[in-house]
Amino acid sequence: MTTMTTGDRLVDYDEVLTRYEPVIGLETHVELGTASKMFCGCATTFGAEPNTHTCPVCLGMPGSLPVANAAAVEATIRIGLALGCRIASWSRFARKNYFYPDIPKGFQTSQYDEPLCVAGHLDVEVDGREYRVEIERVHLEEDTGKNLHVGGSTGRIHGADHSLIDFNRAGIPLVEIVTRPVPGAGAKAPEVARAYVTELREIVQALGASDVRMEQGSLRCDVNISLNPIGALELGTRTETKNVNSLRSVERAVRFEMRRQAAVLDGGGRVVQETRHFHEDTGTTSSGRSKEEATDYRYFPEPDLVPLAPDADWIEQLRAALPELPAARRARLQQEWGISGTEMTWLANAGALGLVEQTVAAGASPGDARKWWLGDLARRANEAGTELAELPITPAQVAELSGLIAEGTINDKLARQVLDGVLAGQGGPAQVVAAQGLAVLGESDELVAAVEAAIAGAPDVVAKVQSGKVQALGALVGAVMKTTRGKADAGTVKRMLEERVLSS
Amino acid sequence: MTDLTRIDVAELGRLLTAGEVSAVEVTRAHLDRIATEDGRLGAYLHVEDDAAVAAATTVDEARARGEELGPLAGVPVALKDLVVTQGVPTTSGSKILEGWRPPYSATIATRLADAGTVLLGKTNMDEFAMGSSTENSAYQVTRNPWDLDRIPGGSSGGSSAAVAGHLAPWAIGTDTGGSIRQPAAVTGLVGHKPTYGSVSRYGLIAFSSSLDQAGPLARTVLDAALMHEVIGGHDRCDSTSIDAPLVGLADAARAGAAGDLRGVRVGVVRELGGDGHTEGYEPGVLARTREAVEVLAGLGAEVVEVSCPSFDLALPAYYLIAPSEASSNLARYEGVRFGLRAGDDGNRDLDDVMALTREQGFGPEVKRRIILGTYALSSGYYDAYYGQAQKVRTLITREFTAAFADVDVLVSPTTPTVAFPIGTRVDDPIAMYAADLCTLPASLAGLPAISVPSGLSDGLPVGLQVMAPALADDRCYRVAAALEAAQDGARGHRLLDELPTPAGAA
Repeated sequence: MTTMTTGDRLVDYDEVLTRYEPVIGLETHVELGTASKMFCGCATTFGAEPNTHTCPVCLGMPGSLPVANAAAVEATIRIGLALGCRIASWSRFARKNYFYPDIPKGFQTSQYDEPLCVAGHLDVEVDGREYRVEIERVHLEEDTGKNLHVGGSTGRIHGADHSLIDFNRAGIPLVEIVTRPVPGAGAKAPEVARAYVTELREIVQALGASDVRMEQGSLRCDVNISLNPIGALELGTRTETKNVNSLRSVERAVRFEMRRQAAVLDGGGRVVQETRHFHEDTGTTSSGRSKEEATDYRYFPEPDLVPLAPDADWIEQLRAALPELPAARRARLQQEWGISGTEMTWLANAGALGLVEQTVAAGASPGDARKWWLGDLARRANEAGTELAELPITPAQVAELSGLIAEGTINDKLARQVLDGVLAGQGGPAQVVAAQGLAVLGESDELVAAVEAAIAGAPDVVAKVQSGKVQALGALVGAVMKTTRGKADAGTVKRMLEERVLSS
Repeated sequence: MTDLTRIDVAELGRLLTAGEVSAVEVTRAHLDRIATEDGRLGAYLHVEDDAAVAAATTVDEARARGEELGPLAGVPVALKDLVVTQGVPTTSGSKILEGWRPPYSATIATRLADAGTVLLGKTNMDEFAMGSSTENSAYQVTRNPWDLDRIPGGSSGGSSAAVAGHLAPWAIGTDTGGSIRQPAAVTGLVGHKPTYGSVSRYGLIAFSSSLDQAGPLARTVLDAALMHEVIGGHDRCDSTSIDAPLVGLADAARAGAAGDLRGVRVGVVRELGGDGHTEGYEPGVLARTREAVEVLAGLGAEVVEVSCPSFDLALPAYYLIAPSEASSNLARYEGVRFGLRAGDDGNRDLDDVMALTREQGFGPEVKRRIILGTYALSSGYYDAYYGQAQKVRTLITREFTAAFADVDVLVSPTTPTVAFPIGTRVDDPIAMYAADLCTLPASLAGLPAISVPSGLSDGLPVGLQVMAPALADDRCYRVAAALEAAQDGARGHRLLDELPTPAGAA
């Protein structure tokens, strides 16, 4: 059990809530999808050979100077606008000074008391209830390099034989979105935290500002949690949990910290204000460096960069050009498709919203589109361990498939075979139908022959039917379907059998 | 044949363009003189030797092919060792960068190379430009050609010694609180600190980012203006670079040399050596300053006294702002990516290796300023120190603005004393800092300021500082050139011609 491996005593989750009120806060880092880095012209593409996307500027070579990436500033402002923030008319970068090998300059260029965007909010829904998450600030900074600690058992710096640094990531524009403390979520705190990150991710995606892939680190989340004794006036001490690399982990990290902190407080102890690391495998957190003895970052305005003073007209242009945001889109589609809020949540959680929307746009009915994406295709994506959007089939092809069924060219059973063909790369649905001869048989000579053969081959069944046991006809239908290998339409076969057996 | 090391840049350029001398001849003349003289002066940390001859050969060959070259192609130049030069050792006077060969070049180094100038070498300096005597160099002492027992000024003392000693026709210096102007003053040269943002800082090893500016050290005002025109102008690699065209600086120098200053209003700053503010100023310095102002008046300038009370606060404000920025700028020297790495023996952890590298790599003055700056930026002290200093900076800027409503330029001595003897101030940082008393206000306000010789005191050069509003660098050149022409005319020769010929020199 996890409690044994970490040595942390834990209180039952439900019990935590009888004595404590959780307060959560989230600091989310989004790597922007700009072509070049924040302060130099180096490429930002993920996965390149280590230290190939570097230059004197992002390596912090003596004498090099930063130049702010205008596209990153614009993307940050758009994120701020989407979160309902006020955009500062005067904003500055600041140096955050500390020593670590992955920050080449000995300071991180960030923003301190003059961020680009302040005072926004994001509403999230959990189990039918809406929670407002206040956004304190959205600011722009640069990412650090990546350390690889070689040797040792933990993969961390302590105990490693040596460490390697990859500066490809150093200087990639990073937007940090910081919430105000969120009280009042109670038992739903873990879900609210997750819903917030999910919604934020969708917004950033809708803006096209980042690919927001948590597994690649282009969206990273630090989760702050504190517990207040119920009825107490003072606020609890918070911990900051890092290395939370999936939506599920957000929820698990909050839950674990609530249970751990409650045990500390129940035991008369005090929660240490510290950075903790989340462990994906065990779902637990462990202590990192203590913030109480942490560095004084000695922030001061970055003298190598001029202040940002975004023009008010330009901000209004950006605001007017924002795309439809996810919440508005969901509300609109829910109404257009006439589905319930719960169904909409399923669609959104499955990542199928856009796919269904495009499928409908390509001519399918909303019901059919949902049926395919949430049914067969979801199952296949799950089996293949991939995302729906990554299946080798387009919404237009799903709409085409749906159309073939509606016009009677194929039936549901054949449709699944057609789907196999499309996913196997054999072409679009119509091509697969033609190539494999999967079309439903009409009242063709072939079908007439099959029907008559079935009647001739089972006189006993025919007699039963004629004596009133009409349901015995099913055996004849089955025989015909078997002969035609499923290509016949069952209704047509049944009608043809009835005409021949019952009218004679 | 004339000694090619005695010729001004403007004239050298003409001779080279006319084909009367070759770039190789000019370069070799300087390399030869460096070989014989620099053992005593200690101006250079690195000499390009064969590489310089090769560069000069390239210029000569291009000229022989009839290629169109700039007017300065083939003129040699020396760079202060904090100007980053690709493949050429660049140390900023510090052990922590010993052996570092940069993978890129500073914008000004590229512009000088593009103009066809030939790099002679890199000049000594106070470590990371922190000092006023070049005694803080981690490598060597540099001596003043006027008196080998005296300092050449600092931090650009290698450049001033090289140019005054005729080991380079001109050189790049950098000025954070006076590091071009003070060395120029104490070696009898012209030194100009351009308007902050008018010369690119890209590739200058930073001391204090909001103050650092590169500029010329030259033997004449015109030469200084010519160099400024090569290195100045907008650079997209430096965000603080001003996107405005340079006003004709060489033209301003030529106009000034014509000697007519009618209509020019000159303000003498009371707080910089005026009545009630003479403590620490040598009488000879004050006398030369008075005489220089009289010369300007004689050329038609209207002279008034101006009071800028906040200038008294410039020194304490500077010694909070500059160390604060330096403490952050110098954080990158921790042995991970370049330069010295100490104690990486497999037994020490990362923090220890970083600490030991900095302990061994930095000299005492650098450590003093890093500690000072770290303290001033600490939480709880920031407002009282860094914050207050920035307010003083604003006050000083406002007083300049007010003064320039009434006058075109402000003048003062460049430095309170002539060159002091080597070793006399190294143990007294406050006395050392006082050398920058007159140059700090223009630094804090980001304004252009030039130092031009005003005569000798006890056989040693004195400089007059001429300060102008932002982007009015041309006024500095005009007024300085007027003084230079008038004094040279009255004297019948240049001040530098009075430079004692060192024993054993030709």
